[in-house]
Amino acid sequence: MTTTNGNANGSHGGTATWTLKAGLAQMLKGGVIMDVMTAEQAVVAQEAGACAVMALERIPSQIRAAGGVARMSHVSKIKEIQAAVSIPVMAKARIGHFVEAQILEALGVDYVDESEVLTPADDVHHIDKHNFKVPFVCGCRNLGEALRRISEGAAMIRTKGEAGTGDIVEAVRHMRAVWADIRRIEGMRDDELYVVAKDMQVPLTLVQEVKKLGKLPVVNFSAGGVASPADAALMMQLGAEGVFVGSGIFESGKEFPEGSRERLDEQRSMASAIVKAVTHFDDPQILAEVSMDIPDSMRGISVAQMAPAELLAGRGN
Amino acid sequence: MTSSSPSDTAPRALLGVLALQGDFAEHIAALEACGARAVEVRTLAQLHAVEGLIIPGGESTTIARLLIAFDLMEPLRQRIREGLPVWGTCAGAIMLASEVTNLDRPPIAAMDITVERNAFGRQIDSFEADLEIRGLDEPFHAVFIRAPVIIRAGAGVEVLSRLPDGRIVAAREGRLLATAFHPELTADRRMHALFVRMVQESAPVPAERR
Repeated sequence: MTTTNGNANGSHGGTATWTLKAGLAQMLKGGVIMDVMTAEQAVVAQEAGACAVMALERIPSQIRAAGGVARMSHVSKIKEIQAAVSIPVMAKARIGHFVEAQILEALGVDYVDESEVLTPADDVHHIDKHNFKVPFVCGCRNLGEALRRISEGAAMIRTKGEAGTGDIVEAVRHMRAVWADIRRIEGMRDDELYVVAKDMQVPLTLVQEVKKLGKLPVVNFSAGGVASPADAALMMQLGAEGVFVGSGIFESGKEFPEGSRERLDEQRSMASAIVKAVTHFDDPQILAEVSMDIPDSMRGISVAQMAPAELLAGRGN
Repeated sequence: MTSSSPSDTAPRALLGVLALQGDFAEHIAALEACGARAVEVRTLAQLHAVEGLIIPGGESTTIARLLIAFDLMEPLRQRIREGLPVWGTCAGAIMLASEVTNLDRPPIAAMDITVERNAFGRQIDSFEADLEIRGLDEPFHAVFIRAPVIIRAGAGVEVLSRLPDGRIVAAREGRLLATAFHPELTADRRMHALFVRMVQESAPVPAERR
């Protein structure tokens, strides 16, 4: 495993090494990580086959609707979720809010998402993620942003998309942008990589590694806008190694009353179908079968009709 | 592709890696680096085509559900009864066990071992360690990620490796191999080479099938 992001790790073990941080993300590949607000939702997610859950105060569509400041989830909620499931529990911290991250590490969460979905705490700096034992996942819109986060210590990347919209267009844009830059670098001469590193404001060694690997040096999932099994499979076919689903699950089934058994059943059905779609992302026959019995997807918001100030993906660069 | 591959005239066994969820791509690459032919297994037809199978690291609750949902659980059990060599790493070892603590679906239950999931705690308790492994000359650098341990090994199970505190982290029973760690995440290919040999020894490939 690589050490080029600056994570010095000896080959003779210990804990919190780069291999272990990036390695957990390897185990999540081909899976679906689901946003959950409560222990009850976490159980629904695990029951549906989620490979991990992401604890947050409100799912992105509710953050949009409610306005105000979105922060780390309440500590008691995170502990309830940890107690309720045996799969990895991730939690979101605000961009630059290293104390929220310290608290999440103290709680023993398995991954911290330094996330643009929450209100940024620092409009200049991201968290120095090398300082933590807990691994971090961060969002990106293009390769440069991904490599800047990796140089800060992120052990996993997700393309940002536009959270809480149910509109896949931004997720597609960001995934295509990452891969277009990777393919461009693969075709370059070695002596052309210096200027790429300069333009992207990233360490040269990371650009060299991208050229060598033909992919990001860490696992890359898709996030922000997945609202159906077809959306999830689309992102996999575009090169995602797994999918985050936020509002797409717990905004479905809304024809039934909140807290009702029927609504949870609908949400479980959507969640399970997305899990199956990610496994068989390139088999249209199976995708058709798993899409048979799902509830209607969230109504959503078209990103093209949103004011620029409403977009979350521009937070952090 | 490498000097470790058998001679070009000998047919090479086709190995599979269960590709429902997890780090199956790393196992495929490791098998190919050993000179083996390897394919992803997601369907019944693919399961029937392979002569050895790796169940990779991943999330055991997810893999168990997908095995059931796609009607692969019973056919896989049947193939194991008929002698298919199988190696489970981490989540894969959990799936092979006859008994598992804290798994909410029945495992494949092929090996006479009891496995404890997440035996070391959460991600911050994940660790790396050099292990003595029976059959390997030099220690093996092992990566444990939210790893299980084997808390009981039946009479017919050969213990291959223990941690310094005595807990079992690698075991073999006939054609079945279980490791709590992830040889696919390091460059050391000795465990994969060992499994390729297990497959070749157990299932010589008739020439007319190639």
